[in-house]
Amino acid sequence: MTECAGLDIGSRSIEVVVVRGGEVLSRRRAPTTFDPLSQVRALFPDGPPPRLAVTGYGRQLALTLFPEARTITEIKAHAIGAASLFPEAATLLDIGGQDTKAVALLPGGRVGRFEMNDRCAAGTGKFLEYTATAFGLSVADFAALALGGSDPPEISSMCTVFAETEATTLMARGVGQADIALGLHKAIVARTVAMLRRVGLRAPLAFVGGVAKNPCAVRLVAEAVGFSPLVPDEPDMTGALGAALWLAKTPS
Amino acid sequence: MTDAAHAAMWERLDLDLEAHDALLAVLGKFYGDIYLSQQGRLKGAEYLDFVLSEVHGLRIREIQEAKAAGKKVVGTFCVFVPEELTLAAGCVQVGLCAGAKAGTELAETLVPRNTCDLIKSFVGFKLARLCPYIESCDLVVGETTCDGKKKAYEAFGELANMHVMEVPQCKGPCDLALFRSEIGRYKEALEKLTGKAVTAEALAEATRRVNAKRRALQRLGRLRAADPAPISGRDALLVNQISFYDDPDRFTAKVNELCDEMETRIARGEGVAPKGTPRLLLAGCPMAVPNWKLPYLIESSGAVIVGEESCIGERNSRDLTDETPADLEAMLDALAERYMKIDCACFTPNAERLEHIAALAKELGADGVVHYGLLFCQPYAHEALKVGKAMEAAGLPYLAIETDYGMEDAGQLKTRIEAFVETLA
Ligand code: SF4
Ligand code: SF4
Repeated sequence: MTECAGLDIGSRSIEVVVVRGGEVLSRRRAPTTFDPLSQVRALFPDGPPPRLAVTGYGRQLALTLFPEARTITEIKAHAIGAASLFPEAATLLDIGGQDTKAVALLPGGRVGRFEMNDRCAAGTGKFLEYTATAFGLSVADFAALALGGSDPPEISSMCTVFAETEATTLMARGVGQADIALGLHKAIVARTVAMLRRVGLRAPLAFVGGVAKNPCAVRLVAEAVGFSPLVPDEPDMTGALGAALWLAKTPS
Repeated sequence: MTDAAHAAMWERLDLDLEAHDALLAVLGKFYGDIYLSQQGRLKGAEYLDFVLSEVHGLRIREIQEAKAAGKKVVGTFCVFVPEELTLAAGCVQVGLCAGAKAGTELAETLVPRNTCDLIKSFVGFKLARLCPYIESCDLVVGETTCDGKKKAYEAFGELANMHVMEVPQCKGPCDLALFRSEIGRYKEALEKLTGKAVTAEALAEATRRVNAKRRALQRLGRLRAADPAPISGRDALLVNQISFYDDPDRFTAKVNELCDEMETRIARGEGVAPKGTPRLLLAGCPMAVPNWKLPYLIESSGAVIVGEESCIGERNSRDLTDETPADLEAMLDALAERYMKIDCACFTPNAERLEHIAALAKELGADGVVHYGLLFCQPYAHEALKVGKAMEAAGLPYLAIETDYGMEDAGQLKTRIEAFVETLA
């Protein structure tokens, strides 16, 4: 069996997963930066793998480097990846750097109804990144801070920029930082849960993408849907994994 | 016709020549990328290429010549304006809906920012002096459909000679009576404009001409049921777009030629995409020239569009006007009845639209339906939800897209469309 590589070029990070058959051989990642193609080249020091599938918003771009590669959308790739990790999952939530997707999973990881955020960054990883920066914290520290909150104010603005203004106003009013941080996390979770409901949320729910590494987001999703989501060890590798597995099943 | 002669004509129409040149350059590039790059196009598409390349040139010259010969030019924004009457009055009718971002900042001084791009575009084209059609009009006809247009016409009326038709919001007997009286009022407005009475003979003749155009479009629509698809959705949309400004008789003849070629192609089992390519029906807001963004994204994502359920599409040609009445009043009644069948989202309720979409998808063998809503268009945004439920009931996969004339969301839309097409394969 030949090795198949899945490459996921997202807005914030690039992941590679190599599989043989159903078995994962290696995983690597790099930040996207302003020069994603150089980053991709660096991820393949020994040249491109014999078979490659590309997903993510940069999938068309990658074809300039690897004209032989196949492409699939991140929606399909995440669905296949999530279904391989959690065959029982019925719904998928993927919150990445710039996109949020809710997908109803059909048997075998096929895609049923799906929703994706529109062009604005509200409800995506970017929202948390942006607001964490406004607090002068890393996203990890921002999540830790939020976990300590107990009485989150309602952040009504869904626009990333206005939410920051709202947070500043709340601070000036003396609301605790931890509570504001929690409120901001709740705002994005509320938005994504609304998307989940539109595709017909059913348990179990697989939660993947970079934001699934954020413990506060995971806790809030669980609270909002009423059960704990299934989160893989490396949730941001799901798209690359799905692309690789899809390729392994696709005749060359 | 030389470019210099065109330029002189544009100058006489008081266009902003520099901005207009830039607009034509962008349009040409866009057309090249989206249209001329297509594989296996019909030969008859040369007509489309020619009309489009001369959209601000030869067609405007013809219109100027008609004006010089004493004809009046009437501009419209909506398929509720009865073309039969306009032609019967001896006028030229042109559609003024615009599908490109132009003069947006200027437009936002007259209409609120959260107005759909279609409205902003026609206001912007006027204010930025970019549209030779608007500048050629002797009368511009508006209609009370959505709130955005209704209020925009109040502002537009200060810039152009306007007549606004009242289009009812419901479809009861009193609404039909209202629209019938509005048809009478439009006839009077035309008679005032031309100084001549509309006669029964002229209206009968105009009705035949407009019906012939509709029949040609219906024929084209039916041929698209073939698999492989004999024409791309982009080209079919362009045919519908051109129907709003080319000479109606020439248009009818050319579309029938195109259909002849399609029939030959179908008989040979040929098409623009391989047999079995996922087939999509587009439904929703009208796409005016050069709004080709969504069709292009769809057809570069491995699918082919087999129908347009919109006013620049099937809704405009679905119903014929009864040609049997002999006296003028009965003919005007027939017009009112024909136009009140239009299932625009501005009506309440509008259940027939849902039935039409499901039936059309079935006739055309569509594998799924994509609903296009223009950002800030409330009527179609509401119906996007209802169409979704109706398609679920009909067992048709459905994708609702809301977008505008900007290109910033192209990447994200492509992902959604590709993923949708993947689910159909
Ligand atoms: S969608 Fe409605 S308002 Fe718009 S052109 Fe069609 S009938 Fe007129
Ligand atoms: S697209 Fe919608 S809001 Fe815009 S003019 Fe048409 S009906 Fe009105």
